[in-house]
Amino acid sequence: MARNPRTVALLALLTAVTLGVAACSSEGGKQEEESTNSGNAGVADTPRLTIAMVTHEVPGDTFWDLIRKGAEAAAAKDNVELKYSNNAEAPEQANLVQNAIDSKVDGIAVTLAKPDAMKDVVAKATAAKIPVVAFNAGVDNWKSMGVLQFFGQAESVAGEAVGQRLAQEGAKKVLCVIQEQGHVALEARCAGVKKGFGSAGTVENLNVNSKDMPSVKSTITAKLQQDKSVDHVVALGAPIALTAVDAGKDAGSAAKVVTFDTNKELVNSIKSDGVKWAVDQQPYLQGYLAIDSLWLYLTNGNTIGGGQTVYTGPSFVDKSNIDAIAEYANRGTR
Amino acid sequence: MTHRLLARPELGSLVGAIAIFVFFLVIADPFRQTSAMATVLYVSSTIGIMAVPVALLMIGGEFDLSAGVNVTASSLFAAMLSYQLSLNVWVGVLVSLVFALGIGFLNGFLVMTTKIPSFLVTLGTFLMLQGANIAITKQVSGQVATDNISDMDGFSSARRVFASSFEVGGVSIRVTVLWWLLFVVIGTWILLRTRFGNWIFAVGGNVDSARAVGVPVRQTKIALFMGVGLCAWFMGMHRLFAFNTVQSGEGVGNEFIYIIAAVIGGCLLTGGYGSAIGAAFGALIFGMTNQGIVYAGWEADWFKFFLGIMLLFATVLNMWVRRLAVRR
Repeated sequence: MARNPRTVALLALLTAVTLGVAACSSEGGKQEEESTNSGNAGVADTPRLTIAMVTHEVPGDTFWDLIRKGAEAAAAKDNVELKYSNNAEAPEQANLVQNAIDSKVDGIAVTLAKPDAMKDVVAKATAAKIPVVAFNAGVDNWKSMGVLQFFGQAESVAGEAVGQRLAQEGAKKVLCVIQEQGHVALEARCAGVKKGFGSAGTVENLNVNSKDMPSVKSTITAKLQQDKSVDHVVALGAPIALTAVDAGKDAGSAAKVVTFDTNKELVNSIKSDGVKWAVDQQPYLQGYLAIDSLWLYLTNGNTIGGGQTVYTGPSFVDKSNIDAIAEYANRGTR
Repeated sequence: MTHRLLARPELGSLVGAIAIFVFFLVIADPFRQTSAMATVLYVSSTIGIMAVPVALLMIGGEFDLSAGVNVTASSLFAAMLSYQLSLNVWVGVLVSLVFALGIGFLNGFLVMTTKIPSFLVTLGTFLMLQGANIAITKQVSGQVATDNISDMDGFSSARRVFASSFEVGGVSIRVTVLWWLLFVVIGTWILLRTRFGNWIFAVGGNVDSARAVGVPVRQTKIALFMGVGLCAWFMGMHRLFAFNTVQSGEGVGNEFIYIIAAVIGGCLLTGGYGSAIGAAFGALIFGMTNQGIVYAGWEADWFKFFLGIMLLFATVLNMWVRRLAVRR
């Protein structure tokens, strides 16, 4: 054995280099990521504005990632400082809006998942002469609350569209997977699916816990094993849909998976015949428009949609249009 | 006198609260405004009102993990009862008080009768309430939130009691802040000035010797659980009248925040030691950190991480101060 310290050091270095080279992956990983410079259009010369975005995001969902990316892209272009905060519980979210009012921001973009709980604090913001726009949730309530503009989709309408399409495609027994029991918008989606599906067959709800993916998978597997007549599974979020595809394989079920909302992995899954189709509400666009509309309002007095709801969905993503979207999805903006 | 002051359980948390306050005062501009102070006080009060009975219960040697969902359960109960039967909301409010006290009694009764640790018993009632909240709400109102009751008789007077705000020098302060102070005063008075207070320390310190000297252990502990029920009802009413409707899935996880506030405030996890004022400082530390991070504009993804650091910092400082005080 080599006793000389210099030899030892040399050997160690050689080993490290060999290991380092061997440890490189020939494909996949960061090296294949494309540039994400979507907001490369220069910066507006308007004065620096501060806009607060307050959402009901449950941390760690890919959907909200897209909303934030859209908001950040708009903020970068519009010379806006974006202050993002979130809390899934309505009273806490209201506190965060109050926090933004205290901080004297120039504008507030807020999601109205629980409109009744947000009413008072939104009124306080308007009283403090801070313009408020809403996005993503609250399509039926924003007008009566003194909110300027709204960008999003009606969950029930999207649900009905999904139900109708399933009926057309000959589904008989549909399983609607709710990943957060008691969530208003998610329950509305499944109710919408049921309504749109009508007399074509039955829709059954299944509650799973999205914070624990292994249990999501085993719950769906168990349900598919127990009820062999299920021919379609409706997931309400992209990560759940991907898990449902796995669960279907485990259960030996032929049930097809369709879903609300997309992300990068989901788009690739549609391409490779995993998930059949998705109904998209364009979260990136919601985040982008929420910030951009405030900038337009604050710098030029414009309102997008002329006081009416600006719908960002529902639109279907399936085999026929997937190639056009896949490129952006891989960039992480769809 | 100074020695007695230094040996108080809440001293450490007071120093921690001052340190956190000064910290955010320096780094966050908006934190310096009085309106921001009002927001911080409000957030702290929503934790603090529950932290008082939770601290008393911990001093008495028990935990209540169902405290968070009990808040939601009592507000759901009041909202649905009033709406479905078209009653004056005050009827729902008062019947709901009986309901919340009943949950507290059930917790205490089960703990004392079965001799199973309260951690397990209340974990059971916590899960049961969590499920029942969603299931019953959906059964009764056909959706996962209660119907809006803001146009019903008695709503505006109930709102004045539980969820109004008043102006002090142009700053709007929520009424819960006053209630919080009142609850802290009552809690402190019970602990330090009444026979029942002595019993609480006795049953939490050493239950056998307490029994030997004639302390009614069973009644004391059941009363402490019912105290948590009482304050859970109060917070439930605040949530209902501040936000008009209640989401059935809320409140989960808050029980830990109440316990954290009590522990930061100097309560021992093993019981027999602590104070109500300390729990108030604990709630204040939590409220300041919670909102201060947002006022400072720190990246939202890191929110929980920062919260954890600040709480550890406050707790370590707290322990250090207490050790210093004891050494004197």
